Amino acid sequence: MKLSTKLVMLAGVLALAACTNPDRFGADGANGGMGGTGMNGGMVPGSASDPTSVAYFQQSVGDRVLFLVDQSTLTAEGRATLDGQAAWLSQNGDYTAIIEGHADEQGTREYNLALGARRADAARAYLVSQGVPSGRLKTISYGKERPIEVCSNEACYAKNRRAVTVLAGGLTG
Amino acid sequence: MIWRILVCMMAVLAWTAPTVQAQQGPLRIEITEGVIEPLPFAVPAFVAENAASGQMGQQLAQLVAADLIGTGLFREVPASAFISGVSDFNAAIQYADWKAVNAQALITGAVAVTGDQMTVKFRLYDVFSGAELGSGLQFAGTTAGWRRMGHKVADAVYSRITGESGYFDSRVVFVSETGAKADRQKRLAVMDYDGANVQYLTGSESIVLAPRFSKSGDRVLYTSYETGFPRIFVLDVGSVQRRVLESQDGTMSFAPRFHPNGQTVVYSLSQGANTDIYTLDINTGQTTRLTSAPSIETAPSYSPDGSQIVFESDRSGAPQLYVMSASGGEPTRISFGEGRYGTPVWSPRGDLVAFTKQSKGRFHIGVMRLDGSEERLLTASFLDEGPTWAPNGRVIMFTRESQGESGRATLYSVDITGRNLRPVQTPEGASDPSWGPLQN
Repeated sequence: MKLSTKLVMLAGVLALAACTNPDRFGADGANGGMGGTGMNGGMVPGSASDPTSVAYFQQSVGDRVLFLVDQSTLTAEGRATLDGQAAWLSQNGDYTAIIEGHADEQGTREYNLALGARRADAARAYLVSQGVPSGRLKTISYGKERPIEVCSNEACYAKNRRAVTVLAGGLTG
Repeated sequence: MIWRILVCMMAVLAWTAPTVQAQQGPLRIEITEGVIEPLPFAVPAFVAENAASGQMGQQLAQLVAADLIGTGLFREVPASAFISGVSDFNAAIQYADWKAVNAQALITGAVAVTGDQMTVKFRLYDVFSGAELGSGLQFAGTTAGWRRMGHKVADAVYSRITGESGYFDSRVVFVSETGAKADRQKRLAVMDYDGANVQYLTGSESIVLAPRFSKSGDRVLYTSYETGFPRIFVLDVGSVQRRVLESQDGTMSFAPRFHPNGQTVVYSLSQGANTDIYTLDINTGQTTRLTSAPSIETAPSYSPDGSQIVFESDRSGAPQLYVMSASGGEPTRISFGEGRYGTPVWSPRGDLVAFTKQSKGRFHIGVMRLDGSEERLLTASFLDEGPTWAPNGRVIMFTRESQGESGRATLYSVDITGRNLRPVQTPEGASDPSWGPLQN
């Protein structure tokens, strides 16, 4: 198997990984990177080495920011990540994004839905303040319904308290 | 002997509750006093009045016993201790034989099955007074609905001995859960209060959350991600037809509950970072905003008369409970204890609010009066939440989730005294129960 084939497969796996949630807005659109064909120098379009790809955005720019317990205030690290996201979105103007807010399991279902909305909106508002047109951004909260880490201690909770920028559109968008 | 003949068809029927007479004798449980010693009862297998009745007499007696034992207020005298049996429903009761085994209450019954129809009769005796308690009752219905007839017998017994209305012939709508913790599949289901007769109301393609019965039990409100965003839906339990109630672009709606009038829905709407409480007229779609603080306002629940709403707000910094008029206006804070309070639910009797409390890393189900006094925590665990009231306001069901990667949601019930904590058996994981009315 040639390296390029492997990269295409990797990109496919990553794209699919971003689309496993059936409820996720723009799940089909996020596959846009898969539509690319052919070679562009040594870079495979849609792969993590393609700076215009979803995979690059997820891995190199960073698609998520984390929050402290019960907080929706952005941390310095979170703002730095969002600065990168804003720059990337301004260079890749055919992508839209939905920002998913999440909470850890320490809280009631209803309150965590509202808290996730606060977190998603904190990320959205910051991106807009950095020049991303608000029309390209939507928000949604999953509350505590979609943890990515399943242990019941702070190591997992810290990763679950997140706002994730999920891209839609792209090469075929 | 006067029989009340009642037709107990599965869907609709007129059932007039038996007149509950205040009992002066020993056969009386005052629930509010807190029962330390459960009242012993005997329920011999109901007499099979024809060959077609088969094991039905045994099954009915077991169901009645399970209902009564499950309250924590009664204990069963085992059949192995019986001195005399009941082979003729109309024969005189040998009170001395039942006194000798210390059965304070005796329940006798008879069943006759004809095709897919059956009739059930029962009588309740106060053994130590040597007298029948109330009049005999007869129910008729389908054999498929035999459990409902057993529950009705148990409701009548419970009601005559406690003076409270029963809750056994009732259903619970909930979220059935399967799959790993990071990929939970959820669908709406409805079951009898004891976990029997589970029926699924939706598929698991989309996340569904927190179903809430209407007062009459005919419809369910819930939150679904079916449209891609959290939206409140209404579902007709009979036809399983559902429709989205609210779909304003750029918002999310959740935490719906019915007004007692069945026409108005109160719910939360998130717009940007802010979540407030709104109402919606289910017929016209007209919405009204009730709160407008920049804080989170959610989990609204009406008083039984529909005039007030109890809800949760973090306007003070952490979530606390507040009461306001059903038309909005300045709310009054009612919770002042240490910790975070959420998911308030007004008792059907109007006297208490049940809530979830998070304190020192533990979760509790608790109750307090509507002025915040007499707070009482009923449970404690890693994660308890989302109380719902039995129709008689004496028992609470809630979700308990275990911790870690194998964490699983289970339904539990507990008395408002904090006694008698017990799991509700469900075929899969289960969360977000909403207890419906006593059925007709």
